[in-house]
Amino acid sequence: MNPVLQTSPLDPLLAPLYAVLDLWSAFMFLLWDLTGLGLLQYQFLHRAILVGLCIGVMAPLIGTFLVHRQLALIGDALAHTAFAGVAVGLFLNAVIDLGVSPYLTAVVVAMLAALLIEVISETTDAYNDVSMAIVLSTGFALGTTLISINAGGLAVGINQYLFGNLSTVSPENAAILLVLFVVIVATVALTRNQLLYVTFDETAAEVSGIPVTWYNRVMVMLTALVVVGAMQIMGVILVAAMLVVPVAGAAQVTRSFDGSLLVSIVLAELAVLLGIGVAYYAGATAGGVIVLVAVAIYVLAVVAGKVQTAVGDEETPTVGAIDAGEERTAD
Amino acid sequence: MTGHRSSAASDAATGNGASPGEPVIDVSGVDFGYTATPVVENVSLTVESGEYVAVVGPNGSGKSTLMKLMLGLLEPDEGTVRLFDEPAHAFDDGDRIGYVAQQASASKEMPITVREVVKMGRFPHVGFGRLSAEDWRIVDDALATVGMGDFADRRITNLSGGQRQRAFIARALASEADLLVLDEPTVGVDAESVEAFYDLLDALNERAITILLIEHDLSAVTDHADRVVCLNREVYFDGPTAEFVESDALARAFGTTATVVGDAR
Repeated sequence: MNPVLQTSPLDPLLAPLYAVLDLWSAFMFLLWDLTGLGLLQYQFLHRAILVGLCIGVMAPLIGTFLVHRQLALIGDALAHTAFAGVAVGLFLNAVIDLGVSPYLTAVVVAMLAALLIEVISETTDAYNDVSMAIVLSTGFALGTTLISINAGGLAVGINQYLFGNLSTVSPENAAILLVLFVVIVATVALTRNQLLYVTFDETAAEVSGIPVTWYNRVMVMLTALVVVGAMQIMGVILVAAMLVVPVAGAAQVTRSFDGSLLVSIVLAELAVLLGIGVAYYAGATAGGVIVLVAVAIYVLAVVAGKVQTAVGDEETPTVGAIDAGEERTAD
Repeated sequence: MTGHRSSAASDAATGNGASPGEPVIDVSGVDFGYTATPVVENVSLTVESGEYVAVVGPNGSGKSTLMKLMLGLLEPDEGTVRLFDEPAHAFDDGDRIGYVAQQASASKEMPITVREVVKMGRFPHVGFGRLSAEDWRIVDDALATVGMGDFADRRITNLSGGQRQRAFIARALASEADLLVLDEPTVGVDAESVEAFYDLLDALNERAITILLIEHDLSAVTDHADRVVCLNREVYFDGPTAEFVESDALARAFGTTATVVGDAR
């Protein structure tokens, strides 16, 4: 069974990743033999599950840094500009027969938009609702305009980008997502110290010698990558939820940052797997179901957090004496 | 990046890292304005290693702006600012400076423990790497120094204002900074904690850490600082605290009604 159904100029580059996809598929077939779960028998769902698992890691990973800087909405803005990128890709494919996945043009356009948002915020000295709303609507307007002037034929295909689709995750798009996944996880793993410091206390981070502006730029560009990657399954309209909802849930039940990162990834994976399962058996759109499951998990986390506080395992310790001088005490 | 410093560099952190005679901060003839109107005008002052200097002034007097200039967060329109004998805005030896802001600016609902906050003090030393056992020991020592050892695994948002500010001091200590810069650190902190907080600063100053305190609370300043800089766009007074209390600089800078409440106690 050859997974490479369509040809793309990138196929030679992505060939090793196709091998990875085949390996994953073999593993899924094995799992099907063992469990008899019906959804494991289709190769396109194998890819969708793999993409979903990757989204479940990278979305909350980036989302944690965004949410705690009150930037929860930036994902939404970038998703809508990514839609413009998809439209550009479809347009170019139709006009000059470029033959690349619209997700690649979406990556490029979303990253440019991310940089634009960041530069605007640097010059105006604040992230504000207004500039975010302008970028969001500009992206969406550009997308719909490009698609509409490019003949009605294309309009049929855009539902998968708006709402996401499990069955249209092509090998090429899955391979692109694997590349995005590795780039995102590697960048965060390398710069986690700096990102944490900048997220928690921008001024102190600047004083401690971290080039804050650059890390902010890196952060929004990573966000653009996550958004485009997650769009395949989640769709433009719901993709931002994966950046925010699991993170918000994790913040309810954890007290450490490392803990909240881990918990948010666990919650997101739970939502993705349950969501894909339910969507398959109920015949519903995966993106919507995943978000509903994620929100349900969030509500449970809020309740768990309240219970945790009410039970009150925290007896207050006393502040110790200050121990800085030789014979000096605090009082 | 400032990371990957050799371990030898941490010698500088014992407090007298500045070589003898080298001023920690050297501000000379500085003008600065966010718009055409100057916020800081013709300011010159020098902070030597081991000093305890307070910058006071009324609201809008430019003291926070002066602090940002000194830290290199802003570049002066005129004049020069040098930090450890380097131009301040190019200075990136972040482990030499500890910065404690008004707690209002750090009151986020972020899940993070006290220990994780103090850990950030080691970031200028480790760069992209992981914290070593030695780094963690320094973190725990810093927590013990400010008496917050029992709070290490608490979520920082659940602490009182005073406890939180101690945690931020601990972060500065963990970075083994030579210079501690505090911007109105006791705003919103209860009176009892404020006393303990200034006692802590006194103790740190005795360990030869240079302290620069931006403060509106004049009583704290006159009780604790060695030297006062009174600012209202320009420098109105710069000298020993005792002389400041005697002088009329306060009335000139703040207007006629202000008094030093500290010496009445």
